[in-house]
Amino acid sequence: MSGHSNWPEWIYVAVVIALMCWVGAEAWEAERLIEHVPEEAKIIIVTGQQWFWTFEHEDGTKEIGELHVEVGQPYKFEIVSKDVNHSFNIHDYVVLMDAIPGRVNTVWFAPDKVGEHDIQCREYCGLIHYNMRGTLYVEEPSH
Amino acid sequence: MTLELQKPRPIWQIMFSSHHTDVGLLYLISSLTFLFLGGTLALGIRAELFLPGSQIIADAMTFNRIFTVHGTTLIFLFIIPFASAVGNYYVPIMVRYKDMAYPKLNAIAFWMIPPAGVLIWLGFADFTWYATPPYSIISAPGPAADMWIFGLKILGVSSVLGALNFIVTILKCKHPDMSIGQIPLLAWSFLSSSLIILVAIPTFAAALLMLLTDRLGVSGFFNPAMGGDPISYAHLFWFTFHPEVYVLVIPAIGMMYEIIPRFSRKPIYSYNSGIFAFVMLSIVGFSSWAHHMYATGMSFTEKTVFMVGTLAAVPASAMHVFNFIATMWNARIKFSTPMMWAVGGIALFFSAGAGGVANAAMPLDFTTHDTYWVVGHFHLFVMGTIAFGSIGFLYYMFPYVTGRMYNETLGKIHFVLSFIGTVLVFFTQHVLGLYGMPRRVFDYPPIPEWIAMNQIASIGAMIIGISMAVFLANMIHSAGKGKLADTDDPFGLGGKYYYPFEAKNPSH
Repeated sequence: MSGHSNWPEWIYVAVVIALMCWVGAEAWEAERLIEHVPEEAKIIIVTGQQWFWTFEHEDGTKEIGELHVEVGQPYKFEIVSKDVNHSFNIHDYVVLMDAIPGRVNTVWFAPDKVGEHDIQCREYCGLIHYNMRGTLYVEEPSH
Repeated sequence: MTLELQKPRPIWQIMFSSHHTDVGLLYLISSLTFLFLGGTLALGIRAELFLPGSQIIADAMTFNRIFTVHGTTLIFLFIIPFASAVGNYYVPIMVRYKDMAYPKLNAIAFWMIPPAGVLIWLGFADFTWYATPPYSIISAPGPAADMWIFGLKILGVSSVLGALNFIVTILKCKHPDMSIGQIPLLAWSFLSSSLIILVAIPTFAAALLMLLTDRLGVSGFFNPAMGGDPISYAHLFWFTFHPEVYVLVIPAIGMMYEIIPRFSRKPIYSYNSGIFAFVMLSIVGFSSWAHHMYATGMSFTEKTVFMVGTLAAVPASAMHVFNFIATMWNARIKFSTPMMWAVGGIALFFSAGAGGVANAAMPLDFTTHDTYWVVGHFHLFVMGTIAFGSIGFLYYMFPYVTGRMYNETLGKIHFVLSFIGTVLVFFTQHVLGLYGMPRRVFDYPPIPEWIAMNQIASIGAMIIGISMAVFLANMIHSAGKGKLADTDDPFGLGGKYYYPFEAKNPSH
């Protein structure tokens, strides 16, 4: 148990620690960039409630279960909940943020291609959690 | 080291006994019962998800109740009691004491489990094993939710009593000739996990009471409508249950430390690094709880702190893997059933850990969080690592407990089928998560990739189900009618010399 040389294990541990430092540093750098919200981002208020999503644009228009956005325009979501915890998710754009009653959480994205994407709830919220879905429509600017 | 075999006795003599092997047997039987009950629920879940639409489960409420009770049962009524069973059998012998330090307390700790199990199963709550508020306060139907809360409360007390008993037995009752640096690593694993329990459990115990009074409407700790904050529950919960992950995994690693050197016919590569890694895990395990909460709106600084805390646990886990591989290096390994389970468990432990690194990295977590990736990830720990270590150890202790040998061929079939099934289910679920399927869903849209991967996972689950039927038949038949075991060397390793913590390594 004692007295035998253990250098292979120390080298191995050093390699693992170095790998973890690299993963941590890369993740830190990526997250720092991701969290920087562009100044021209338009605000969309996202409200989760059992079991649908409501979206309110800056101009006051509201949508239920559908969200229409313009390609190339950054958007900042302000996510709230009316009842229990939900999680607002557009998987194709890696948009994920919990909707928690009593809090406003924010996340942003900038759609880069015209198309349709699924919106879903990713936090268990009861009976119809499985079907708390919506659709994101990324469209050409209308002006 | 041999357990004393006892003559067959009437069942009530075992039930009212406080001898450590009797309590161990009770723990063993009840935990295996709950393994099969919880596993059956898993098969129901997988059958339901085989195709989109309702298959065998009538509605979402029933489905939600099933996965809640599945998780609660397998974590609290299978894994933890199984570890207690092993600890009861082996810890007193390993520290050379006649029994546990407090035999009656030991029996009481066991007898708290059946009523808790009954409460959880009769209630059949629907708010997931995480009981997240405000859903669990304002939306979850009673009395199921309240029965779950009381069941968990009882199990928490039982765990604390068990942990106290292990700590006192190891620290105070060990033979005076043995130093703490000489007790086997399995006993060290119980010392570490018991210390974690004592530090971790109280916050969840408090959170459960707060949840109950919130449900009764007399307080509003976690209810935003009454000025409370659901996030504070998440902190209290994960402060208990992230370290709890190590409570579950450390005894399983300890069991592998017992199996691997023995079947490699070599002493463990480094006893001291095993102890060091256990102690490191039990300390670092407390620095990572909020990595479950990146998406709740945490600040960049908080996320960074918990990412670093999480990554810090990796080197200690990796040391265990290194220790196992270095022990097996150049060894004359005998691949009996326990060794196959232990080696399979290490492979899956490594995979689970690698997936964990991806989860810990902040930006990647937003892809994987609350998807099937996470389901696959933690099942590689609880099933792939912990259940594999535990089942391997069950085969290993079988001749010592029953005096008879299990059927080796059936044991190997059990392993091969379970290993294939586990890989099919849980590796596939990782990929399914990357395709975006959320967890805890009763139904899913007919996206072709989702259907294909759900079907692979369901087939894998059925393979595991078949393997467990083989296991059950083997255990029941061999316990009564198996051939008598040679308790000096039941696995034919070539004599007592190969029992590693008694052996001396000529190369050292």
